Amino acid sequence: MIDFSLCGLRRALDAGDIGSVELTQACLDRIEERNSELNAFLTVCGETALDEARRADAGRAGGGPLAGIPIAHKDIFCTRGVRTTAGSRILDNFVPPYDATVVERLAQAGALLIGKTNMDEFAMGSSNETSYAGPVRNPWNLSRSPGGSSGGSAAAVAAGLVPAATGTDTGGSVRQPAALCGLTGFRPSYGRVSRYGMIAFASSLDQAGSITRTAEDAAMLLDSMAGHDPRDSTSAERDGEDYSGPLQGLKGKALKGVRVGIVKEFMDEGLEARCRQVFLDNMETLRGLGAVVTEVSLPRLPLSVPVYYVVAPAECSSNLSRFDGVRFGLREAGADSLDELYTRTRRAGFGEEVRRRILVGGWVLSKGYFDAYYLQAQRVRRLLAADFTKAFETVDLLAGPTAPAPAFGIGEKIDDPIQMYLNDVYTIGASLAGIPAISIPAGTVDGLPVGLQLMGRPFAETDVLRAAHAYQLETDWHRLWPPGASAPVGEA
Amino acid sequence: MEFDVVIGLEIHVQLATRSKMFSGASTVFGASPNTQACLVDLGFPGTLPVANREAVAMAARFGLATGGEIARRSVFARKNYFYPDLPKGYQISQFELPIVSGGSVEVAVPGTPPRQIELTRAHLEEDAGKSLHDAMPNATGVDLNRAGAPLLEIVTEPQLRSPEEASACMRGIHQLVTWIGISDGAMQEGSLRCDANISLRKPGDAELGTRTEIKNLNSFRFVERALHSEILRQADVLRQGGTIAQETRLYDSGLDTTRPMRDKEQANDYRYFPDPDLPPLALEPGFLEDLRGTLPELPQERRARFRSDYGLPAEDARRLCESRAAADYFEAAGKACGDMQLAARWTSGELAAALNRDGLDIADSRVSAGDLGVLLSRLRDGSLSGKLGKEVFQAMWAGEGSADDIIKERGLRQISDAGALEGVIDEVMAEHAEQVRQYREGNTRVFGFLVGQVMRATRGQANPQIVNELLRKRL
Repeated sequence: MIDFSLCGLRRALDAGDIGSVELTQACLDRIEERNSELNAFLTVCGETALDEARRADAGRAGGGPLAGIPIAHKDIFCTRGVRTTAGSRILDNFVPPYDATVVERLAQAGALLIGKTNMDEFAMGSSNETSYAGPVRNPWNLSRSPGGSSGGSAAAVAAGLVPAATGTDTGGSVRQPAALCGLTGFRPSYGRVSRYGMIAFASSLDQAGSITRTAEDAAMLLDSMAGHDPRDSTSAERDGEDYSGPLQGLKGKALKGVRVGIVKEFMDEGLEARCRQVFLDNMETLRGLGAVVTEVSLPRLPLSVPVYYVVAPAECSSNLSRFDGVRFGLREAGADSLDELYTRTRRAGFGEEVRRRILVGGWVLSKGYFDAYYLQAQRVRRLLAADFTKAFETVDLLAGPTAPAPAFGIGEKIDDPIQMYLNDVYTIGASLAGIPAISIPAGTVDGLPVGLQLMGRPFAETDVLRAAHAYQLETDWHRLWPPGASAPVGEA
Repeated sequence: MEFDVVIGLEIHVQLATRSKMFSGASTVFGASPNTQACLVDLGFPGTLPVANREAVAMAARFGLATGGEIARRSVFARKNYFYPDLPKGYQISQFELPIVSGGSVEVAVPGTPPRQIELTRAHLEEDAGKSLHDAMPNATGVDLNRAGAPLLEIVTEPQLRSPEEASACMRGIHQLVTWIGISDGAMQEGSLRCDANISLRKPGDAELGTRTEIKNLNSFRFVERALHSEILRQADVLRQGGTIAQETRLYDSGLDTTRPMRDKEQANDYRYFPDPDLPPLALEPGFLEDLRGTLPELPQERRARFRSDYGLPAEDARRLCESRAAADYFEAAGKACGDMQLAARWTSGELAAALNRDGLDIADSRVSAGDLGVLLSRLRDGSLSGKLGKEVFQAMWAGEGSADDIIKERGLRQISDAGALEGVIDEVMAEHAEQVRQYREGNTRVFGFLVGQVMRATRGQANPQIVNELLRKRL
C-alpha cells in the first residue's frame, strides 16, 4: 500500500515498491485525464520529467530527500527554459533564462518538475478566476472555485495529479486554496524562503510556500526550500532548519502545555455558522491533545483588509512597471509612439483585476494621497504586528478559521471585488505580520472541505508544523479525497 | 549688477566600484551595447537588487571627507516613471533618508579667496541606460550597459553666486571625489554630470526668484556657458516685466542657448516610496571608524600643511594639490632631494610643462618623483648647474636614463674645483686682454662677459659662483 504523500512516496521509492518512472507516468496520465476539466496545469513537462525519472531510477540523479518525486511549481516561479506566465497574457511568451532559488533548491533535493500550475494573474485574486488561461475548477465540486491565487497548485494536489506543489502567499494565496481544496497549505515566515525568481506581486508580503497533503510533507519541502539567499536582500540571515526531524515520534498528548489562542476578532458574524462549529470542534481536538486553548484579542486585526489593499496595490503598481513591451513578454504591434507602445501593450497584456490594483496603487502613492493612504497603512501595519507580538506573550500559537466559508461558486464573486477581498479576511493578518501560518483540513460542510489555520511566532515554523502534525495524527480530514478521486498510485 | 544670481548644483558622480549598484555586472566603460547588463539590470521578472557594499563605503567616505552627517540607517526608495532606458520602470534612489546629510566643500574661483559651500545631501542611486537614436534607421535602440551603475548624487545648497563659482564648485567636487578614490572622474565617459538650478533676484530681496533647472551638463565649461546664457535669458524676461516659469531646460552648446524640455520630459509625480526589496541600509558599528582610518589627508589639509611646513605660497600650494597624485609626486621628489621649495618649483615648472606638452597625467609621468629627486640633489650639491639641470631633465624625459647616467655620459658634471677653473680663467684672461684692461680701468660691466667666456670654455660645466669668486680675485 503506497501512501500518495511525499513522505509515503519517499518510503515507497526507497523500498522499491514503485519506480520514479512509474510514478511520474502515473501523474502524467492523471494530468492527461483530468486537466482539461480542472485547468490546473498551464504547462506540462512530460518528456523532461520522464528523462529525469529515468535518471533517478538508474541511480544517476544523486540522492536527496525528494529524489525521483514529481512536483509542480506555481507558474510564478521562474523556470529556466520552461515558459513562465504568472497567469498573465503579458508573459504568455516568456521563457526565463534562469531558475528561481526555490526551483533550484527543490531540484537539488531531487524533485522532478512535472509542470507549472495555473494561478490568478500575478497572484492577484482569491478564486483563480483572474488567470489569463481561465479559471481552475475545484476537484471537490467542479462548479466551485479552488480558491486562489495558488488555485492550480491546490486543484492539482487535491485531484491527485501530483503529490505536492509550490505556491506563493501574499495575503493568503497558499492557505485559502489549501483550505478550499482539503489540503495543507503552509506559509513560512517572511524572509524564510528566498523570493529570488518569484515574479513579484507585493514584495513586502510575498512568501513562497507549499501545498501538500500533510504537515509532514510541508516540513519535508521546507527542509529544502528554506535558508538565506544572498540574491534576496530580504531573505532572513539565518540557516534553514531541520523541520522534519521535530515531527518524528509525536504521539499521545503531543500538544501538552502548548498554549493556543483563539483569535477573538475572527469569531465574527462573517464566519459561516457551520464553519464556526467546525472550528469549535477543532479546538476540542486540540484540547484533547493537551493544548491549553484560550481566547485572545488582536484589536487592530479588523483593519488588516484595508491596510493590505493599500500596501499590496502600491507595491504591485511599481513591481509591474517593468512589463512595458520593451525587453520581454508581450509587445503589442502598431504603436506610433512610445506612450502608445506602453498603453497598448499594458492594456492588452493585463487583465481587469491587475489593472484595478495598478490604478489603486498608483493613486495611494501619488502626491497628496501618499501620507493619508500609504504612510497611514504602514503605520497601522506596524501596530497590527505589535498586536501579534503582544498576543504571543501569552500564547504559543494563534488559531482561527482559514476562510469564512467553504468553496464558493465560480462566477459568484468575480464581479464584486469587495466580497472577493473579504475572503482573505482571516489570512491577511499573518501576511502583514510576516509570521508563519498553516491551513490544515479540519472538517467538511456540505461535502466541501474547511480549513483550520494555525499561526506561530516569527521563524517558529517548527511550532506551527508540530501542532499541525499532531492534529493530523489525531484526525483523518487530510486523508479525504474528493468524490470519485483517488491517488494515481497506491492508496486506492 | 542688476540682479543677484543664485545657483545650486546636483552633481552625479559615478562611483568607481567594480560592479553595479545592485547587481554583479561589470561597470567597465565602452563595452558593446548590452553586454554588461545582467538579468537584474535588465529588470527581468523575479530578479532582485542587492546593495553594493563598496558603493556604500564610498558614499560614506564622501560624507567623512565633507564633514557631513552619515546616517546609521538610510533608506532606498523607488522613483517611478516609464522610459525605455529604465528597465524596471523605476529607479532605485534615496529620497527621505539619504546616506549623507550636510557637509561642505571648499570652492575657489581662481584669483579670489576660497569659500565654503554647504551641501544639502548626498545619496546613492542607480544610473539609467542610454537610448541610441542614431543606431538603427526608424528605430531607437537601448543600451543598458550603464543601467544600474552606481551614482552618488551630491546636492549643494543654493549658495553659488556666479557661473564661474558653479564651475569651480564642480571642479572642487571632481578634485575631491578623485582624491578620495571614489570616482575615476572621467568627464568624457560621463563619470561626473551636473544639473544646475538657477534663479535671479533683485539685490536685497529676501525671497528667492523662480528657478529653472538645466539638465545634463557634462563639462566644467558647459556649466559655465549654460548658466551665462540662462542668466541673460532670465534677466531679459524679468526686465520686460515677465515671470520665469519653473521648468526644466536643456543647454544647446551649438546655439549657446537653453530651451525648455518637452512637457513629456518634464518631471511628473514620481510616486516615491521605500523599496520593499531592500531593507534599510544599516551601517554596522565600527564601520565609520574603520573607514575614517583609511581616509587620506584631504586637499584642504594638505594645502595648509604645504604652506606651513614647506613655506610655499598659497598659489603654489593650490596648484600642487590639484590632484592627490601631483601632491604625492611633489612630496616624494622633495623628500628625495631634501629641498621642498626646489621640488615645488620643478614640479610646477619643468615637469608640468613636459606633462602638458605630451598630454600626460602626472600618474603617467615619464620621470618618476624619485628620479626627479636625484636630479634636484645634484643641483643642490652643486655638481650640476641650474641651466644644465633642464637639459638633463629633458634627456631623462626622453628616456635616456637616470640623472647621474646622463650627467656622466654627457660630461655635464659641474666644475667647482678651483685648481681646474683657475687654469681656464688664466686662458680666458689671456685671450681677452682688452676686456681685462677695461675692467681694471673701472668698466665693471665687462665682468659678465668674462664669466660667460669661462662658462663657454667649460661648456657650461663651471660652477658660476666659484667662477665669479676666482675671477674677481684675479682681476
